[in-house]
Amino acid sequence: MTKYLSFAAAGLLSVAIVGTSMAQEAKNPAVKARQSLMSLYAFNIGQLGAMAKGEAEYDAKVAAAAANNLATLTQVDQSAMWPVGTDNAADPSSRALPAIWQNFPDVSAKGQALAEAAVAMQSAAGQDLDALKAAMGPLGGACSACHKAYRAPKE
Amino acid sequence: MRKWGVTAAACAAVIVGAGLFATRPRLADPAVLSGLAPDVAQGEQVFHAAGCAACHSAPGAEGDARLVLAGGRRFSTPFGTFVAPNISSDPVQGIGEWTPVDLASALWHGSSPDRQHYYPAFPYASYVRMAPQDVVSLHAFLMSLPADATPSAAHEVGFPFNLRLALGGWKLSFLRSGWIVDGDLSGQQQRGRYLVEALGHCGECHTPRNALGGLILSKWLQGAPNPGGKGRIPGLAPDQLDWSEADIAEYLRSGFTPDYDSAGGEMAEVVLNTAKLSDADRLAIASYLKAIPQSRD
Repeated sequence: MTKYLSFAAAGLLSVAIVGTSMAQEAKNPAVKARQSLMSLYAFNIGQLGAMAKGEAEYDAKVAAAAANNLATLTQVDQSAMWPVGTDNAADPSSRALPAIWQNFPDVSAKGQALAEAAVAMQSAAGQDLDALKAAMGPLGGACSACHKAYRAPKE
Repeated sequence: MRKWGVTAAACAAVIVGAGLFATRPRLADPAVLSGLAPDVAQGEQVFHAAGCAACHSAPGAEGDARLVLAGGRRFSTPFGTFVAPNISSDPVQGIGEWTPVDLASALWHGSSPDRQHYYPAFPYASYVRMAPQDVVSLHAFLMSLPADATPSAAHEVGFPFNLRLALGGWKLSFLRSGWIVDGDLSGQQQRGRYLVEALGHCGECHTPRNALGGLILSKWLQGAPNPGGKGRIPGLAPDQLDWSEADIAEYLRSGFTPDYDSAGGEMAEVVLNTAKLSDADRLAIASYLKAIPQSRD
């Protein structure tokens, strides 16, 4: 019974956290899917980042696993996740700027740059901590390049 | 009666004249720079730490194009829209003819070589703290960058802010060369203070301003409204930013926040510069930020 209650409490708590951290929860499945993909990127980069910062001890196996996941995630075909009419003007749960749909070739080029940075991380992460640290910069740069151009600031 | 009027007019002229004389654009003293040899590699670090490219590269420039300082980026403020000028090494449209002393006059006193006041959108209220050796090295690095012949565009500033002479009064009120956070700082924190208060000019956005555009120093790095749009620029003081020093250093290197979102907006531009600093300098910034006093209100 106590176990059941603590599960319920944890469930409520996570609902509360999700509720406060997102301005509005996405309803459109495509918006939900791409936001979920971003969360998966962030989770795996977080494994690498914790080691880069010295919060977690460097572990070649854990680092390689996270980098492999990330590289795989950047290969996901996202073409169905960005339908017309899911920009931030049409859907307040999204921060995707309309410019995305006007500059698709540039958006794909920036996606390609992320994939390349992820591949570089893949070969660095299992090597040693210094190589991992050095690969964090270009990886962050690739994320940021797209967010800078195509994501609305937080409200 | 007529005589009184003439006397009053003469007095007024003397007062205005004295005021203009007291607030005339100052130039740097060449003696301060004499004997200093430029170090181009150090100048490149100063260039990145001071974020020159973030304002002076062409709009939308990426990669190596950020080293072409053609100007043209627009900055909207409550006082009007400022357009970053060409500071490439072009001798006519840029600053290719400038001496290190000319650069020092601009960085320390906000004055052009022909004694005009610059608007404080150019953050000389921070660069006034730049070390003479760094000015000389920065000059050498700037001269090594490509020339570009794009003419500088005029600022779009209405009355009364279009009266440049009045900027002498602004400088008299708000241009101060001392450190803002004083007291017992470690060597690392002092390095961070130099990077934040002088080169990085973080306070220009992260500190609120009064009605005349002067920084409210009692609220140093406590966050401020965003002059260019909606939203708020966050505070960096320890009671407002609970990131660890490692979090701050990582953010300045890769742009990743502690929850592995990435920097956006103007800070994405800033991270392009801080990414080029050393780990030691990024950690120095982080350790200084932890020493900022709380708001004194």
